[in-house]
Amino acid sequence: MHTAAAPMLEVKRLRKIYEDASRTVEAIRDVSFIVGQGELVCIVGPSGAGKTTLLKCVAGLLPPTSGGIALEGQPVAGPPPAMAVVFQEYGRSLFPWMSVHDNVALPLKQKKMSAERREELVRNALLSVDLPDVGGAYPWQLSGGMQQRVAIARAVAYEPHVLLMDEPFAAVDAQTRADLEDLIRVLWRKLHVTVLFVTHDIDESVYLGQRVLVMSHAPTVIMEDVVIDLPDERTQLETRSMARFGELRKHIYSQIQLAKQGWRPPSERGEPRSS
Amino acid sequence: MKSIPAPLRRITVTLALPVALIATWWFTSAGSQNFYFPPLQTILDTFAKLWFSAQAIPNVLPSLARFSMGYLAAAFLGIAIGVPVGASRTLRNVLEPLLEFLRAIPPPVLVPVLILFTGIGNEMKALVIVSGCVWPVLLNTVAGVRSLDGVLEEVVRSYRIGGLARLWHFVLPGASPQIFAGLRQSLSIGIILMVVSEMFAASDGIGFVLVQYQRTFAIPEMWSGIIVLGIIGISLSLIFRTVEAWILGWYHGLRQSQRAS
Amino acid sequence: MGAPTTSVRASMSARTIVWLQGLAGLAGFAALLEIVPRIGLVSPYYLPPFSTIIVALFGEFHRAEFWTALGDTLKAWAIGLAISLIAGIIIGIAIGSSHALRTLTHSTIEFLRPIPSVALIPLAVLLFGSQIQSTLVLVVYASFWQVLIQVLYGVQDVDPVARETAVSYGLGRWAQIRYVIWPTTLPYLMTGVRLAAAVALILAITSEVAIDTQGLGKEIADTESGGAVAAMYAYLIVAGVIGVIVNLGARALERRALAWHPSIRLDSAEAGA
Repeated sequence: MHTAAAPMLEVKRLRKIYEDASRTVEAIRDVSFIVGQGELVCIVGPSGAGKTTLLKCVAGLLPPTSGGIALEGQPVAGPPPAMAVVFQEYGRSLFPWMSVHDNVALPLKQKKMSAERREELVRNALLSVDLPDVGGAYPWQLSGGMQQRVAIARAVAYEPHVLLMDEPFAAVDAQTRADLEDLIRVLWRKLHVTVLFVTHDIDESVYLGQRVLVMSHAPTVIMEDVVIDLPDERTQLETRSMARFGELRKHIYSQIQLAKQGWRPPSERGEPRSS
Repeated sequence: MKSIPAPLRRITVTLALPVALIATWWFTSAGSQNFYFPPLQTILDTFAKLWFSAQAIPNVLPSLARFSMGYLAAAFLGIAIGVPVGASRTLRNVLEPLLEFLRAIPPPVLVPVLILFTGIGNEMKALVIVSGCVWPVLLNTVAGVRSLDGVLEEVVRSYRIGGLARLWHFVLPGASPQIFAGLRQSLSIGIILMVVSEMFAASDGIGFVLVQYQRTFAIPEMWSGIIVLGIIGISLSLIFRTVEAWILGWYHGLRQSQRAS
Repeated sequence: MGAPTTSVRASMSARTIVWLQGLAGLAGFAALLEIVPRIGLVSPYYLPPFSTIIVALFGEFHRAEFWTALGDTLKAWAIGLAISLIAGIIIGIAIGSSHALRTLTHSTIEFLRPIPSVALIPLAVLLFGSQIQSTLVLVVYASFWQVLIQVLYGVQDVDPVARETAVSYGLGRWAQIRYVIWPTTLPYLMTGVRLAAAVALILAITSEVAIDTQGLGKEIADTESGGAVAAMYAYLIVAGVIGVIVNLGARALERRALAWHPSIRLDSAEAGA
């Protein structure tokens, strides 16, 4: 896999400070990275690492305090039309007063297209997440895993260039999670979409990603950009039992442990930049 | 009882107590000489005579018309003002104490005030109903808009759903359960105001007729009027519940599934 | 330098800002009330300027009749509320703890509930004239339902496991009520008290306006027909202030009860804002 000439997503020296009436919190201090076209990049970090904050800034939902985000060369000032987000709380991210079909179709009504095209997109999206028959049901009639699939279908139907996922499988059971992980990889290959996937599950990040960005604790910086050199064809059983999988996993795990213990980059420790 | 089919059993249980109560009323008042509590039979005869004739139309219809106009106007106003106030924290903070004060003024008290302004015509009664009914709708709309789900709000923003679409697909449906709670309260208040405003100053309407009967000591007629009011109250409540069940069907299903888990 | 930067500013300032904003709203309304009649947008006969109303209000404070009227209204309100509370609690617990009674009475309750209490005005007038009993009839009839419905909700919400445990320990009916049913019902009851208190006040003043029984409502009607317009508005303000105090007090009471029972209650938050 090679990255195209122009990066799909570029985050440059992102900084985010929260200020409310009582406290000031520096969630993100300095984060910079690039995601190439068609890449699947995972973000891991200890809890409190500002991963969700980072994703929301990239999504245009939160304005950064300084630094910038560029999507396909254009700066991101608000949610861009080429991006779709899948949230962790699937139960609250679907409209309970609409059927599944209408939930998936709603964002498409904002884009100029014919009704037939819209119907086609909805149908194909639901098919691609393996839910061809639930269009008439209400979200609360479905199981948790199915609801998350609907949210994914909604994002897929939107035909985004970049898919942002914020710990989407944290709240589902392990078996469902495995199925959903494989679904993401299938969709990613099929649709040639760029994916930025935030998770706290180290195994998941290694299984899914081509690269894993390891975040420090707040104020967050990137600790390491780990390249996952596992084969492209991945299966739950085989890939996870590979030796290389174990090594990568162990490495990232120890990085996270360091992060939890308060690791800071050399520039902050006042030490000369040594390798 | 177990051998009786379920629907029949349900009807029996539903009607058992009401039928028993009415029967008790009928029999205990049968030979009544009490001036104020005539036999139920007399009341029902009077009822049939009065209200199924030309009496009904000139009195019931104007009352219901005024009520409907006032209620719907109040609903529209309450929602139209409530949505922007609910969405803006500053507006909410500034207006909330004032609104709490205005809503605490017992609406019937405005009858004399409005008589001052608009005399005793139809406008007064419609205005009284509006001025009493708007507050529960307004305050509940504010509460409903305020408590819209944050995650859903981010979904709406991330998919760039804005303007009218956001209002129609997100704000209004999301706040609708709370709005309907307010509409429910307004319904009771509106009926009270409809009657009181007519008792006070009117030339037609149920309230007016009721007071006339009372003043002229036409007791069975008065009782029949009370029954009519009761029927109106029950009917409006039924209509409301049907509309609510239709619009909030999704909400009842959602709550049921939440309670099951 | 390595730790996250936080600073703790007084959270008091946020609350003070909200208070000031609310005060600004009230002050703005008063200013409007002052200016509009003075510039003639509305005739000052119909709507005296705010300052005139305040003067009239303080004038009323000096009249013994004002305080008697206030006392009469509050008396009717309190007595009616107390009666409806006692009746509502007793009947509510009795009906609620028996499935048979609940199903039997359900239809009757749903029939009687929406009947407007003002329908009883003519009857009350005939029976009691302008005495306080007329007011009590209306107040009790309207508030009783509020209490009853909430108590029924509460009794139905009792955790079946808790109830079965009590039965298996051989707790009698009375002990069950005291240790299982009552604590669960209490927050619902508080909501019922809040709703009933508000309704009771409205009906008390309504009956005074409509039936001419002694109280604030009667004063309002009298000032209107007597042309003492500024005094009439002064009474309006008093009615509103009392209503606010009753609402705030009842809400505070409800919140205290809710604080002990955290899990229960999105439901009745919808019962009324």
